[in-house]
Amino acid sequence: MAVLETHELTAFYGDFQALFGITFALDEGETVAIIGANGAGKSTFLKAVAGLLPRQAAAVRLAGRDIGTLPAYEIVKLGLSLVPEGRRLFSSLSVEENLLVGAYGRRGEGPWSLATVYRLFPILEERRHTPSTALSGGQQQMVAIGRSLMSNPRVLLCDELSLGLAPIVIRDIYAALADIKQHGTSVVLVEQDLVHAMSVADRAYCFMEGRVSLSGRPRELSRDAIHAAYFGL
Amino acid sequence: MFGWIDTVIQGILLGGLYSLYATGLSVIFGIMRLVNLAHGDLIVLPAFLMLALVGVGVPIVLALAIVVPLMYAGGYVLQTVMLNRVLGRNILPPLLITFGLSIIVQNGLLEGFSADTRFLNVGPLQSASLPLGGGIAFGIMPLICLAAAVAVIVLLNAVFYRTAVGRAFRATSDDVQIAQLMGINDRSIYALTMGIALAVCAVAGFFLGARSNFDPSIGPARLLYAFEAVIIGGLGSLWGTLAGGIVVGLAQTIGAHLDPEWQILAGHVAFLIVLVIRPRGLFPRAVD
Amino acid sequence: MSIDGSNSAGLSAAHSPGSRFTVTRATPASTITLLIAVPMILILAALPAFANRTLLQELFYVFTMLALAQLWNLLAGSAGLISVGQQAFVGTGAYALFAFTVVGGLDPILSIMLAGVTAGVVAIPAALIVFRLRGAYFAIGTWVVAEVCRLILAQVKQLGGGTGTSLPPDVASSMIGLDFVRNLFTVRGPAARDIISYWLALVLAVGTFVLVYRLLRSRYGLALSAIGDSEAAAESTGVDVFRTKLFIYVVTAIVTGMAGALIFLQKARISPDGAYSLIDWTAYVIFIVVIGGIGTMEGPIIGVAVFYLLQYYLAALGSWYLILLGGLAIMLMLFAPSGIWGVLSRRLDISLFPVRRRLVGPLKHSAGEQNGES
Repeated sequence: MAVLETHELTAFYGDFQALFGITFALDEGETVAIIGANGAGKSTFLKAVAGLLPRQAAAVRLAGRDIGTLPAYEIVKLGLSLVPEGRRLFSSLSVEENLLVGAYGRRGEGPWSLATVYRLFPILEERRHTPSTALSGGQQQMVAIGRSLMSNPRVLLCDELSLGLAPIVIRDIYAALADIKQHGTSVVLVEQDLVHAMSVADRAYCFMEGRVSLSGRPRELSRDAIHAAYFGL
Repeated sequence: MFGWIDTVIQGILLGGLYSLYATGLSVIFGIMRLVNLAHGDLIVLPAFLMLALVGVGVPIVLALAIVVPLMYAGGYVLQTVMLNRVLGRNILPPLLITFGLSIIVQNGLLEGFSADTRFLNVGPLQSASLPLGGGIAFGIMPLICLAAAVAVIVLLNAVFYRTAVGRAFRATSDDVQIAQLMGINDRSIYALTMGIALAVCAVAGFFLGARSNFDPSIGPARLLYAFEAVIIGGLGSLWGTLAGGIVVGLAQTIGAHLDPEWQILAGHVAFLIVLVIRPRGLFPRAVD
Repeated sequence: MSIDGSNSAGLSAAHSPGSRFTVTRATPASTITLLIAVPMILILAALPAFANRTLLQELFYVFTMLALAQLWNLLAGSAGLISVGQQAFVGTGAYALFAFTVVGGLDPILSIMLAGVTAGVVAIPAALIVFRLRGAYFAIGTWVVAEVCRLILAQVKQLGGGTGTSLPPDVASSMIGLDFVRNLFTVRGPAARDIISYWLALVLAVGTFVLVYRLLRSRYGLALSAIGDSEAAAESTGVDVFRTKLFIYVVTAIVTGMAGALIFLQKARISPDGAYSLIDWTAYVIFIVVIGGIGTMEGPIIGVAVFYLLQYYLAALGSWYLILLGGLAIMLMLFAPSGIWGVLSRRLDISLFPVRRRLVGPLKHSAGEQNGES
């Protein structure tokens, strides 16, 4: 049973068409990676799903329910949360306040709370009253993930988690991702870092110029096939 | 010497009134980067509403209690029906809508209440004062006004910094797109913001009428004092706005002390000087 | 000041493989416009030979308002400097005229020029202060400047202080060319003065139009449209944003000051409240621009016509007239922010005074060239 699916999803920036009919599915408890070159439409896809871009009705379903016409602030209440590219923490809020804002669109009961987020990222509890701007990049990424978890999402969309982070920090973040999966949350990962994405993904989609160029299980996809789907060679 | 001490005291008290004028403007700008050119007229409007209520026999305190929520509702509707429709990068539509509103309110009041000068009768407190000796005295009403300005700021800061809705306000101010991803409906936040701002305008209108005379034409000047207080204080801090109000108030009373005709000019000149030497105001927020 | 209008049409742009196009601003309609505009201006210039005094006085008002509208439109529509304080320069120009004629004893027409210079001189420090404010706060800042000017002039006793003063009759009758006009049309002094004022207003309106038009088609126009798209991007391509805006602000102030001087030469009576009136010299002007269509040359012309008609038929309503104007402005911003001309030109795809550069020829859209995906 797919918890998130899109059918022939298109998206535009003004007159410019960025997505050309993306059909996609994410199963309950599954982790799916979306890979592709810069400008392939990966981030656009996440924004369209999360409701930040105009899209057509009935193109996006969350647990069977059409969310294609809902605004972003309604979608999060139905259990879908986006960790945006570049973290984008609320700069005038402290670490803990950032997390608490994440609970604003909270959906019923669930595994995530301040306590469980702090258990996942203990460093954040130490720095709970620090202004979010004073954190390192890795810590900021933890706050961004924690902030999204506070809404108890069924589906977590992660946009370029590893961007600009040191390898050792990336490892920690991906370790936390495994934890999040254990709680039954389904995850969509957009990554340029192929190796990391493939290591945690159950399935992968490759995007090229706003279309799906390849999809399948990581070990079934050959290097050459990925290469071709990535660069269109 | 006593004359100067008295001038400074009067200036600080006047600053309390200007701070009340400015708080709503500061909140609106802080949260939605919007400037309301009708702000001054929306301070004069509730003063007239209270005058009308008192005219039909409503006690002044009850009139205030009626007009504050009324202005809150009006702000909510104004934002929902008009200003939320023109949010965005182009600042001209909201600016001109509020400019049009300013002209409508001003001339509407002129039609409804004539150009006569009025004041709100708030009873024996109005002219009472606390003598401090040496010919110096605090007016009770100006003192209550300053206390109200402080109380309004304490209350608003409690809302913004201690409640979930307050966090939502600040999050929306920081990054409206991400705030939506957190489940915050930015438009309803904006409507609440305008409601709060106009409720504060109602309190300001009460003290405007209780402290001095008013007529339908004085709104724009109140907008300018409020604006100057906000800029002098530095955007984003309500305590800064209070300080800015006091700077404008002091400049005006000092100017008036030198020559009664210089009162208003001195306030404007103080603003221009601050703008030249501290363009971000006296107490700018660290993160902009 | 160099205004280069020579690169008007047919400027060929860089050739990219597979697509050839040229950048042009001329349209067939714009050529026809020119053929109509010139004779029309000539007829207007000859009008005093046939028309009565009332018509000339009405047209004087229309022309001066048109000039003010074009100037505000240049500031707000093109340079993004939304000012609600243009009365600062109307009033300063007007007071300068009174100072030069009454106190200085100079000729009124020479004084109009000097009034423009005075307004320009005042504009420089004003700009250096208010340019520190961004966007909507800039708007209120300009208003404060106008208030400061008003309050200072109210202190100048030689010019009547707070109550104002009148122009002595001998000042007006000393105007250059007065005798010539009296003999030409065989009219009395006051009528001859109206005719000269009318001509000056016509020159002002046409001159302002040509100035703004040529400015927008010069390198300043290009810089302004770059600034309008993104200040940071314009800066990075070598546009000096601050200097460009300062230049536009000061030029606008100079001509606005001349307009103010001319208006109050005709009124022959000045007071701080009248000369620095927000309603008369800024609110009406903004209304004219937005109802006609902001950011276009055609907009203010249409706007001034609409405004004149409203004024003619409804001004007697007093406060209700102003309430109506305010309401119209709000409706316009909500439902047709591009104004009458904006709606018309989109429907009909015409441009009579084209200032935007248009791409003509085959154009291939390619996804790779667009920025959007992030």
